[in-house]
Amino acid sequence: MTPNQTDRIATQLINFLVLIVVLILLFLLGDIIFSGFPHVSWHFLTSPSSSFSAGGGIRDQLFNSLYLLVLTLLISFPLALGSAIYLSEYAGNNWRTGLIRTAIEVLSSLPSVVVGLFGYLLFVISFHIGFSILSGAIALTFFNLPLLVRSIEGSLHAVPDSQREAGIALGLSNWRTIRGIILPAALPGILTGIILSAGRVFGEAAALIYTAGQSAPILNYADWNPTDGSSFLNPMRPAETLAVHIWKVNTEGVTPDAVSVSAGASAVLIIVILIFNFGARAIGNHLYKKMTGGK
Amino acid sequence: MDEIQKKLNAPSKASREDVIGRIISYTCIAVIIALVVSILYFITSRGIATFTTNHVSLWQFLTGKQWNPGTLSANGQPQVGALPMIVTSFSVTILAALVATPFAIAVALFMTDIAPKTGAKFLQPVIELLVGIPSVVYGFIGLTVVVPFIRHLFGGTGSGILAGTIVLFVMVLPTISSLAVDALRAVPTYFRSASLALGATRFQTIYKVLLRAAMPRLLTAVIFGMARAFGEALAVQMVIGNAVLMPHNLVTPTSTLTSQLTTNIGNTIMGTLPNNALWSLALILLLMSLVFNLLIRYIGKRGEIKS
Amino acid sequence: MEAYDLNQTHIIIPPEEIALSTKQLQVYYGHNQQPSMTNASLSFPRFQITALIGASGSGKSTYLRALNRMNDRIARVDGEIRYRGTNINSPKVNVYEVRKHIGMVFQKPNPFAKSISENITFALKAAGITNRQELSNRVETSLKEAALWDEVKDSLNKSALSLSGGQQQRLCIARAIAMKPDILLLDEPASALDPISTTKLEVTLKELTKKYTIIIVTHNMEQASRISTYTAFFHLGHVLEYDQTEKIFQTPEIQATHDYVTGNFG
Ligand SMILES: Nc1ncnc2c1ncn2[C@@H]1O[C@H](COP(=O)(O)OP(=O)(O)OP(=O)(O)O)[C@@H](O)[C@H]1O
Ligand SMILES: [Mg+2]
Repeated sequence: MTPNQTDRIATQLINFLVLIVVLILLFLLGDIIFSGFPHVSWHFLTSPSSSFSAGGGIRDQLFNSLYLLVLTLLISFPLALGSAIYLSEYAGNNWRTGLIRTAIEVLSSLPSVVVGLFGYLLFVISFHIGFSILSGAIALTFFNLPLLVRSIEGSLHAVPDSQREAGIALGLSNWRTIRGIILPAALPGILTGIILSAGRVFGEAAALIYTAGQSAPILNYADWNPTDGSSFLNPMRPAETLAVHIWKVNTEGVTPDAVSVSAGASAVLIIVILIFNFGARAIGNHLYKKMTGGK
Repeated sequence: MDEIQKKLNAPSKASREDVIGRIISYTCIAVIIALVVSILYFITSRGIATFTTNHVSLWQFLTGKQWNPGTLSANGQPQVGALPMIVTSFSVTILAALVATPFAIAVALFMTDIAPKTGAKFLQPVIELLVGIPSVVYGFIGLTVVVPFIRHLFGGTGSGILAGTIVLFVMVLPTISSLAVDALRAVPTYFRSASLALGATRFQTIYKVLLRAAMPRLLTAVIFGMARAFGEALAVQMVIGNAVLMPHNLVTPTSTLTSQLTTNIGNTIMGTLPNNALWSLALILLLMSLVFNLLIRYIGKRGEIKS
Repeated sequence: MEAYDLNQTHIIIPPEEIALSTKQLQVYYGHNQQPSMTNASLSFPRFQITALIGASGSGKSTYLRALNRMNDRIARVDGEIRYRGTNINSPKVNVYEVRKHIGMVFQKPNPFAKSISENITFALKAAGITNRQELSNRVETSLKEAALWDEVKDSLNKSALSLSGGQQQRLCIARAIAMKPDILLLDEPASALDPISTTKLEVTLKELTKKYTIIIVTHNMEQASRISTYTAFFHLGHVLEYDQTEKIFQTPEIQATHDYVTGNFG
């Protein structure tokens, strides 16, 4: 074979493999859309689930997923922001910083099931909080923190040093410079990072089955008092999320229409995540343009 | 002393702000460190209880083939042999990585060297979309499409290593691909132009120059994918069959470390041997993720020195 | 090399006319054993422009940035910087106050990603000025002093990043003088500007000497001779010669200075 023939064959092989990957994605999307969408209806989105009979919806699961997401971000964002500020603005280039970075890397490489089990051990067993949204949110925080720290640090890092010098040269404290100048300049990147992490959190199940639990008690959406047991805002109640629901109806095998419920729920899950992904990009670009005065 | 001199020598609002800022950011990072340390501590102390409290021998745990922690064997020994799960976990991980790597490298080459424009326009979003699909959805599709398909072809239940491999292959493909793209992009353009200028064909350039120069980072990409596959729980649990049996072929039900954990940790009582044994499985998962981490660092360091 | 402490022999500035002075200033970057600036002892007269000239890498920025402690994070600075009877190089001194009185403008314009007026008011608010009238007065006066007012007075709420490079640099000067500093340090402020903007800037600086003491780093010999009263020549981390600008450019004492100002350098 001449080199040119080899070249052609190799190129064709690569194209072929790429084609297969694209087909796989098309198949996945097609499967989710065609088997899922027929089941997504207003009724499906607004009625409670049922374990033993067909026709259940995902109202409470969808709400739980969103509520859990909000709580998780409320806990993890400030922590991640403070840590990212430490790493990008205060940390020296020394062994201590190296150790801290290693620790964060270790956290990010832990399987989410291990993180979930740790949450189970600590909150559900040791602190007797029980299966609850709060336990789930903390477990998801563990899972979310390293990525969020990394993305925020990246955004802070992307702000040129000349901005820091400009602030400091005016007699501003480092902290004031960070808060008032660096953070706003890094905001588009930070927001994009948060929203992308929200997508991951929204679809996560392994860290939740033993922390937020696998049951969705009846919720009272008219009760706005978070301390009431049945209030939809109560953070101490167990809360099955959409992702956990998909897993549960498939593994327990008692729900007669498990397949169509999961298909519909998967479609909803994917749509929400897609919205997050596109939203992240749109908001990031919009803010960036606004700040730089571009058209 | 005049006014300005006094100001120069006294702390001001700015000095106080800076102290506050330091306290806040140092506290946040301390919380994360404490968290990592306590995860490592708690999982480890639970995980070694099987050996310290229940006196199971480590060797027996790692090589035994019988997993039945609730009952004693004929010779009065607890049956906590984790080998089937260890073998299955490694099998699905390695097989998935083996299958995914050629695809991932093809995707990466397509995006960097063959058709960068089409790649950026179509393949990039494809990859990002695949990354975003939650693992339960992969598991669900595995359960409704892959498992019946295998059942149809080979009989039996359809669950097993083959189904697990296929699901994990699709899951790690985008991870490895996007890291492989980074690896290839990191190879300076003059490597390419120099090789092409010497009359090498594109394939020769890719094969002899690009892949070689990018090798350490490509390896890192594959290990990242393996780490993800090894730790994946639910998607695998849904298609693997969850029978703790030594896998004899690719299409009989078996169990991975993660699937065993997720299936059973809620059904056992804290402090008993069946529960401790499960925490030992979690400890293996934790240690393996540390090993993957070390490997990535090691290869990364060596790659740096070379180029 | 012998430190050439000319300001004691050639330039006699009455003590009450000295705005800022350094004694035996040494700067070590990182863990370097070798100083990047050796034994610099200079005194800067009030309400004058002093130019710092020298080849690239000779330590002009290093020296200038030491004057308002901008090197704190990246370098060790030994020696004395005397300002209003205080050694402001002492760790006990409040650096934030130092920088309020000794402002700085950098080589590359670095406006904040905020509106034009916020660029100026941000540090003022942080310094405790909250009166709206006072703030807008300061915006107007400082922009006028920096000769930018006429160009931006109708678009104060526009992003500062939408200004041209020359306008951005004048905004940075306005931002610095809005703090009402005593001394203004400028590090090659005109290097990114076209000739017209440069001329405008020079006129502005001349104007500013009515109220401020200015120390400016420049690579442009004509600029130094046009605007400065005194000039210091830096060479390989040393101050080789410091004298009235005319003398530096016409009858320098040292061959290296002569070579540099006549372009025979290197
Ligand atoms: N942040 C730094 N870390 C280490 N060394 C530095 C740093 N900044 C400058 N130096 C070194 O200090 C010496 C003087 O640099 P400086 O920037 O003061 O020169 P300069 O006279 O301002 O040059 P230019 O005209 O190019 O701006 C150089 O040898 C440079 O390499
Ligand atoms: Mg310089």
